[in-house]
Amino acid sequence: MLDIHQNHFELFDLPTSFAIDRTLLDQSYRKVQSEVHPDRFAAASSAERLRSMQWATHANEAYQTLKSPVSRARYLLQLQGIDTQEETNTAMPADFLMQQMEWREAIDEARSALDISALEKLLLEMNREAASQESELHVAIDEQRDYPRAAGIVRKLRFLDKVRDEIQQAILALED
Amino acid sequence: MALLQISEPGKSAVPHQHRLAVGIDLGTTNSLVATVRSGMSVVLHDEEGHALLPSVVHYLPSGVEVGYTAQAQQSHDPQNTIVSVKRFMGRGVHDIADIGHYPYRFVDAPGMLQLSTVAGIKNPVEISAEILKSLKARAEKSLGGELAGAVITVPAYFDDAQRQATKDAAKLAGLNVLRLLNEPTAAAVAYGLDNASEGVFVIYDLGGGTFDISILRLSKGVFEVLATNGDSALGGDDFDRRIFCWMLEKSQVSPIGPEDTRLLLTKAREAKEQLTDHAETRITCMLSNNELIDITLDSATFNELTQHLVSKTLAPTRKALRDAGIGIEDVQGVVMVGGSTRMPQIQHAVAEYFKQEPLTNLDPDKVVALGAAIQANVLAGNKNDNELLLLDVIPLSLGLETMGGLTEKVISRNSTIPVARAQEFTTFKDGQTAMSIHVVQGERELVSDCRSLARFELRGIPPMAAGAARIRVAFQVDADGLLSVSAREQTSGAEAHIVVKPSYGLSDDAITSMLQSSFSHAEEDKQARALREAQVEAERLLEAIGAALHQDGALLDDSERNALEAKMTELRTAMTGSDVRAITSSMEALNHASETFAGRRMDASIKQALTGHKLDEIKV
Repeated sequence: MLDIHQNHFELFDLPTSFAIDRTLLDQSYRKVQSEVHPDRFAAASSAERLRSMQWATHANEAYQTLKSPVSRARYLLQLQGIDTQEETNTAMPADFLMQQMEWREAIDEARSALDISALEKLLLEMNREAASQESELHVAIDEQRDYPRAAGIVRKLRFLDKVRDEIQQAILALED
Repeated sequence: MALLQISEPGKSAVPHQHRLAVGIDLGTTNSLVATVRSGMSVVLHDEEGHALLPSVVHYLPSGVEVGYTAQAQQSHDPQNTIVSVKRFMGRGVHDIADIGHYPYRFVDAPGMLQLSTVAGIKNPVEISAEILKSLKARAEKSLGGELAGAVITVPAYFDDAQRQATKDAAKLAGLNVLRLLNEPTAAAVAYGLDNASEGVFVIYDLGGGTFDISILRLSKGVFEVLATNGDSALGGDDFDRRIFCWMLEKSQVSPIGPEDTRLLLTKAREAKEQLTDHAETRITCMLSNNELIDITLDSATFNELTQHLVSKTLAPTRKALRDAGIGIEDVQGVVMVGGSTRMPQIQHAVAEYFKQEPLTNLDPDKVVALGAAIQANVLAGNKNDNELLLLDVIPLSLGLETMGGLTEKVISRNSTIPVARAQEFTTFKDGQTAMSIHVVQGERELVSDCRSLARFELRGIPPMAAGAARIRVAFQVDADGLLSVSAREQTSGAEAHIVVKPSYGLSDDAITSMLQSSFSHAEEDKQARALREAQVEAERLLEAIGAALHQDGALLDDSERNALEAKMTELRTAMTGSDVRAITSSMEALNHASETFAGRRMDASIKQALTGHKLDEIKV
């Protein structure tokens, strides 16, 4: 099996931090894939072909993990030995829960009114909310090194992701 | 930029001869073969100068015709003349929605349907293999040698069963498949390399029987597929069928037989093609009962008849854009692929949706084959500079059935391949020692709405309390988009392990027997063939490792290098004999011995790529 000691950031020659240079990540990812992708080894020995598939798989996994802010934060916390407890810890601040309920009501309303544009507006609002939580993550992880707080924000973002999924499903259902 | 290698005098670089490689577009209506010649991708023609080979196979009591000669028999012998076989690849009778419209004698079979012909029962894999054999013969004749390999294109939206069936058809035709390549990606390669484009491109591919939409980002020779969507049962054939139904309705003819159906469908196709640059077209033909059909179809009526088909392509387009996170304003260009995109109503609809005129400067019939040839040339090792890389995705999510017939997604659609993911499951009952694993593909929540890929059982789980066992199910999708699944129980050191390749009903044995029956070799011929194949493979392996040693030999110390070279010598010795088993076991030993070396080369090349350091500056 693959023997990789580097963390995902090191693989792409990037600093291990939440703030990330997306252009640099994309470039490094493409450079790594240019070296390891199975297309480069179509005429190689089977040991090299297997190795290539494992590396290309690993590079894809690492890239996907770093690309998304939530999974990047979750991964950074994991490196610190912190479990984000997304399945077990469902305690949320009261104001966040209130906000949740309002959003869900708005989704239900738009869905029963068959109003796609209202759903799309809600989706934009979710995206804005997620972006503001993500900048909080940057502060909590890179500046304050307050990992328990960061774990709390990851749980909130996970919630937001679920709501976003719900909206997208509703839009899809209305379109079909 | 890659540096040129200069070898020491008297020490030649690894000998490298140009390997003959082709790209094949195995289409619903037409198929093509292309190759790279003096740096240019060109379509290969048959002796009469045709670029296209109609994807039509005509079975005779003894023998088979393919292409134009077969197409000429369509109306006379519809039951034995198979057109659009691609629609049946990896499909059962229940999967074909409009099965009553076809003039064939279908035979239901587990997994994949079969067709009864005058030459016996044939399955879609065998029928497709006839088309591929014909293209292979054309290429070998035109290039003057045996093909080292081929890239075969498939619709991006093909599922695992359809891909596996395509690969098997190529195997049956005696082709070495270098890669299955998604058609839109192939088109993007042909298009992108021609135009040296950068940015986000949409490939709108409406073929004879399938529709695909792909969103790609092109950047410095890297083609990254961001999302793909489509409909594997929507294409130009459906437009023909709309005209056909309109003709029946309009002319009030009595129920017609298979010959007349075929005739009218051909007339419908001709009318559709006429309407590409005419405002109206007259359809006349005589049915077998001497009834005369003489009607005129204008483009306004045609547009009305097919409006819903045109809009059916826009729903997957919207979904793909959303999955890619791309807005219409981000799209640099829309590339049109497939003969059906010649229809004016399609071009209008696309232009209106994307608010820009689509790009049509490459022949939509040829662009896929041209792109596949470029990729085949790279994969065959004829091109060493790293200027082209394709990063493709899986079109449909892969998952497992859980309690209550629900799907648990393991790998979601549009994941870049190769990709692997594992999920842990546990037992439901106390003392449970076996677990049934059902692999499915699709986006729906209910297993019954998804496509079933494989079922297998994991046995030998040590009996323990419910929920205590830990079963890890791992999915791996390779660069062809094909899946393998393994399951492993991993508590208390006890392990059970099984690997399945999903299949559409044809077992490996069935493939082998089809292969054998397709060669009329005597027993000794078969042995000679096996020996020759082993020798060729051994040569390839020695060449590959030799090239690696030549390039990166410094990554091994003397004793490691000696050990590896000893295995190479062993294989060379085995190759001179006629014992196939000795050759294969020496190959295995050499492969095993080269694993460390392979790993170090990979690590070193990544470091080199990222830091710009030369290989010999890197400590390993």
